[in-house]
Amino acid sequence: MSTIQITINGTSQSLDVPPMKRLLDVLREDAHLTGTKEGCGEGECGACAVLMNGELVNSCLVPALHADGASVCTIEGVAPSAAAEGEPAHLHPIQQCFFENGGAQCGICTPGMILATHHLLDKYPNPTLEQIKEGLAGNLCRCTGYMRIFESVQKAAQALTTIST
Amino acid sequence: MPEPPSLIGASPLRKEGRAKVLGAARYIDDIELPGMWHGATVRSTIARGRIRSITFSDEIDWSEYAIVRPSDIPGENVIVHLIKDHPCLADGFVNHPEEPILLIAHPSKAALLRAKAAIRIEYDPLPGVFTIEESEAAVESGDAERIMWEPNEAAGSATFGSANCFRQYQLYSGEAKETEAGLAKAFEEAAFIVEGEYSTGAQEQLYIENNGVIAECFRDEHGNIESLCVQGSMQCPYYLVHALTVVFNLPEDKCRVIQVETGGAFGGKEDFPSVIGSHAALLAMKCGHPVKIVYDRAEDMAGTTKRHPSRTRHRTALSKDGMLLGAEIEVALDGGAYTTLSPTVLSRATLHAPGPYRWPFLRVRSKAMATNIPPHGAFRGFGAPQALFGIERHMDRVAKVVGLTPEELRRRNFLRTGDVTVTGQKLHEAFDMNAMLTRVLKEHGYHEKLARFAEENKTSPIKRGVGFAAFLHGAGFTGSGERRLNSEVVLRVDKATAGQPARVCVLVSSTEFGQGTNTILSQVAAHTLGIAYDDVYLAKIDTAVVPNSGPTVASRTAMIVGKLVERASLKLLETLRTYSALPETCDRDTFFAATERYFAEHETLRTSVRYEPQAPVFWDDQLYRGEAYPGFAWAIYVAEVAVDMNTYQATCTRFDALQEVGRVLHPVLAKGQIEGGVAQGIGYAIYERCEWKEGRMMNNQMTNYIMPTSADLPEIHVHFEEVPSVHGPGGAKGIGELPMDGPGPAILNAIENATGVSFHSIPLLPEDIFERFTSLGHLHGGSEDIDATVDRDTEVEAPEVTV
Repeated sequence: MSTIQITINGTSQSLDVPPMKRLLDVLREDAHLTGTKEGCGEGECGACAVLMNGELVNSCLVPALHADGASVCTIEGVAPSAAAEGEPAHLHPIQQCFFENGGAQCGICTPGMILATHHLLDKYPNPTLEQIKEGLAGNLCRCTGYMRIFESVQKAAQALTTIST
Repeated sequence: MPEPPSLIGASPLRKEGRAKVLGAARYIDDIELPGMWHGATVRSTIARGRIRSITFSDEIDWSEYAIVRPSDIPGENVIVHLIKDHPCLADGFVNHPEEPILLIAHPSKAALLRAKAAIRIEYDPLPGVFTIEESEAAVESGDAERIMWEPNEAAGSATFGSANCFRQYQLYSGEAKETEAGLAKAFEEAAFIVEGEYSTGAQEQLYIENNGVIAECFRDEHGNIESLCVQGSMQCPYYLVHALTVVFNLPEDKCRVIQVETGGAFGGKEDFPSVIGSHAALLAMKCGHPVKIVYDRAEDMAGTTKRHPSRTRHRTALSKDGMLLGAEIEVALDGGAYTTLSPTVLSRATLHAPGPYRWPFLRVRSKAMATNIPPHGAFRGFGAPQALFGIERHMDRVAKVVGLTPEELRRRNFLRTGDVTVTGQKLHEAFDMNAMLTRVLKEHGYHEKLARFAEENKTSPIKRGVGFAAFLHGAGFTGSGERRLNSEVVLRVDKATAGQPARVCVLVSSTEFGQGTNTILSQVAAHTLGIAYDDVYLAKIDTAVVPNSGPTVASRTAMIVGKLVERASLKLLETLRTYSALPETCDRDTFFAATERYFAEHETLRTSVRYEPQAPVFWDDQLYRGEAYPGFAWAIYVAEVAVDMNTYQATCTRFDALQEVGRVLHPVLAKGQIEGGVAQGIGYAIYERCEWKEGRMMNNQMTNYIMPTSADLPEIHVHFEEVPSVHGPGGAKGIGELPMDGPGPAILNAIENATGVSFHSIPLLPEDIFERFTSLGHLHGGSEDIDATVDRDTEVEAPEVTV
């Protein structure tokens, strides 16, 4: 067992975990945040994607020790008032746009997809379709054929630009 | 008061969408029960043989584990689907790789891997059959050693099957003898006879959430099994109830099944949950704790069902002006090692094999062969994509031989409103394939591209082309299926309570797994009752609570279950008119006021309806004739492709999907359904290949089984024609499976247009294109190098012109 210090969704915590335990399992089992999903366990599908120190990573490929000292944002930390008690009052504009535009069907890829979108829009506030396609190419979705997701991302980009201007 | 806007055709927010975008939706692996153990499956490492011995290594303290063997099964050692040939656990004999042999459970998931590795199974291997052809050859050569499946009285297959063959059908376009005579004459008089053979590969459903369940077993004070409860990721909770009653010899009401949020299914969670659900329940029985089994990706891909591989042969007679005179079609499916759903998949394949055309005389012979491969099962389209790939590739071949464009050949032969199909079904409801073809070719820019690409391809190393496929898809269960299902829907009005205003609850077993069941059924109820979308919700799918509205399959939820919800809503209004003076024209306020008056005198307010055909729907199982489906969706899909002659990669660069699916209930969801299906269809055509070795899938990982990513797909343009149908609520028809049918043939037709070479098999990967071109002796051939009439795979008889 190793003790790691990790900030998850803004809260710093100290966890005793096996050093090679996957960050995915640390989040789900130790931090009890089950919004991060396992799809393939080999870094191919992006269902387990989270932001670690602002970078998009597949948490199934990150050993716990590697996350020591890191700041991690999971789907539970995306909505503005994501506090411990119950549901947050408002969705983040990215979540709202996925919700309104058919960006989520079965919902299992959605947490990873929303974090990938978050990362993409941090990098390119007004992404082209090509940038969106490339930015989300590490996140597989079997339901939508991606078209509604592209639309959700475009709408989210507009919404976020409107907010920030 | 102004009329409230119609909810049919509106796009209200997905009912469970908020929880999904928050990451708060709870899927099976997100659920823990107190004292829960984890289960694992010990599987066969060979394709076929006798189990000689099973040894448990003494490195492991086995007293910590629960172990389930076939002898522990309290009822029958069978997973019941249509018949009973599929063991729950292999008992002394295995018939496919990855066949479950033992089950083990332990409080720690991590302890299972080590334990599985410490169980050694020895076999006396027997030869297997791994393709349709090998299975046929064993029968034809009388090779008894390779007959791996026989019909069996006890299993219920005696009347249907034969050696290595689960089921056969024969479809005639009329009375059998007359049709045979008509066919003989058609082929005698034909100006052209065109033959072709087409094949399709297995396809993995690849839902992003693997199969998983949690089971509990409850005992009475004497220690006898009292009841079971299984919750999990699934499409058809009542299928699992049925399976559990057989494995545990318990009555239905003691086998409770709950569907939790399901992360994609596509048919892959239709029949398979009966297996994993029974397994987890057996482990729960054995260890006395709740048991969770969630497969990892490798186990899910190697061990669970896939789309049936197929081979379709066409022999077609045509007049000199390109009118279809007759056809003989043979469809063969690879069913895998046990019957599972193969007979119904085969039936849908048989009924879709003739495509959307007029056939004066036609015969389809079809069969599902047994092989030593994990059983193939349901996957969106359910036999139709395979059969339609055959006919729609064949029509392009026919056009070439006859000397017509693919467009003109189809225009001359399309079914029209009022026609009678080959099963004798009169097409009462209006549709117009010719008008649809005109519209979608224009939307796509087909004609302009045909001309432009022909010119550009002369000098470009990237060959571009366009192609299309025309097809139909039957919505609802095949033939007499809906009558047999006798589905039930209940509506219940919940009284207002302190924190919650009065609401209407829809009780169905129709599950949500992304397609939008919760949303569209709420829309239908709210629309019919004249109340708000938010006034309606769906009951949690728990077989202790909801009636059996049938399985969530076969494009039946919107049309069949939706119609039941509509009828139950009308019945509820009628009840309120009779007992609570609900005015003839009512709105939300008068509706809920009437329910309050009703509750003043009654405890509960519920209505229930059962399936009734909305028009004469009669099917004769013996003759295999009648109304094959309550309703058909009609579609034409157009693909543009680019084939890079340096890498031999074919890419789909634009896609247009036009369909007539009755009234569109929810445009956003409907588009999402079509786009998602088209994406799966593009994967089926040019990306996704299952690599088999002795019946085992070798690429059972997402890294080497390639499904399309966001970077691989073209713009998918979705177009609807809306002709209201009598069969569905608000005029809707089924939509879910349809988009899987068209991309395969449309893309391969486009690849032929681009390269001048005709391919007859999917998936078509760069190595296949490379091999074909190198075998033609044109390593870096431009299109002018390729003789468009060269055709190595199948024989085209030279046109014979009669006097």
